[in-house]
Amino acid sequence: MAVDEKLKIELGKQGILVTTLQELYNWGRRNSVWPMQFGLACCAIEMIATTMARYDMARFGAEVFRPSPRQADLMIISGTVTKKMAPQVVRLYNQMAEPKYVIAMGACAISGGPFKQGYNVLKGIDRYIPVDVHIPGCPPRPEALLQAFITLQKKIDDQRLTGEQRPPHLDEKAQGEFPVPKYGEHDLEPSSNPGVWPVPITIR
Amino acid sequence: MTLSPYVSLTVLFVAALAFGLTPLGLAWLWGRVFSPAKPNATKNAIYECGLESKGDAWVQFRPAYYLYAIIFLIFDVEAVFLLPFAVAFTGLGYAACLSMLIFVLLLVEGLAWAWAKGVLTWE
Ligand code: SF4
Repeated sequence: MAVDEKLKIELGKQGILVTTLQELYNWGRRNSVWPMQFGLACCAIEMIATTMARYDMARFGAEVFRPSPRQADLMIISGTVTKKMAPQVVRLYNQMAEPKYVIAMGACAISGGPFKQGYNVLKGIDRYIPVDVHIPGCPPRPEALLQAFITLQKKIDDQRLTGEQRPPHLDEKAQGEFPVPKYGEHDLEPSSNPGVWPVPITIR
Repeated sequence: MTLSPYVSLTVLFVAALAFGLTPLGLAWLWGRVFSPAKPNATKNAIYECGLESKGDAWVQFRPAYYLYAIIFLIFDVEAVFLLPFAVAFTGLGYAACLSMLIFVLLLVEGLAWAWAKGVLTWE
């Protein structure tokens, strides 16, 4: 049952807190995101800076970087994903507990960046796993990562726990396993996961 | 009726047990009932920094280092005993010197045994 926004504010002024289970649940989740501790390239330096005293990600409840995917629910892909590293990244994503979120940080993670033409760089991690927030930049400034994180918090806040639009972790039928690519002769096999990244059709 | 003095202890013990077990139980219940589990083979695999795990974690270590450590420890402790002996040496009698000599010789015998056994040669 939804409470009228105005009535809620009015009650709040009188010192009465009206909330829903969903709001409470999302409030808790949004303010205690545990990112996974791993960095891939130069962007990771900016990620580290974000967690340190000057930018202080702890203000948003995400200072506990976990060294194990079992305890993490946010994966920050901070840097170049080489084809050598891609299977490991996808496997780690698979090993994270539900619900899980992904921030692709920097030009490399979202598209291959400066190395897009390289034979050994994955052209965007969203070919294999669903990305929630993309941050452009090379590297993005710590403020940009904070902005991405706040965007993610908004996204978590807006998730409904029931109905058609519910997040994948509450959806029995949603995809749970994301196939880990193998090293092929010339490229990773498969070269993308069509379930999360439909191959764009080039019209010439 | 007088209560046994152990009654309060028992009550405290049960309370302490409940204090520890209740959160665990609640967490377990929460995990069973509400957690959105999506198990699959990759997720349940052993975590090894993203790589597939190879082999067994139960590997054997040679005990050579252990013997080294034990011998070192023995002579380390011997030094502790020798120091006060050396400090008080001028004031000591014949018997004290003899007993100290026996102590040191016992340890030297142990060292000779280890040497003869080949413990000190590292392969
Ligand atoms: S986007 Fe730029 S700074 Fe970030 S990993 Fe790639 S090359 Fe490095």
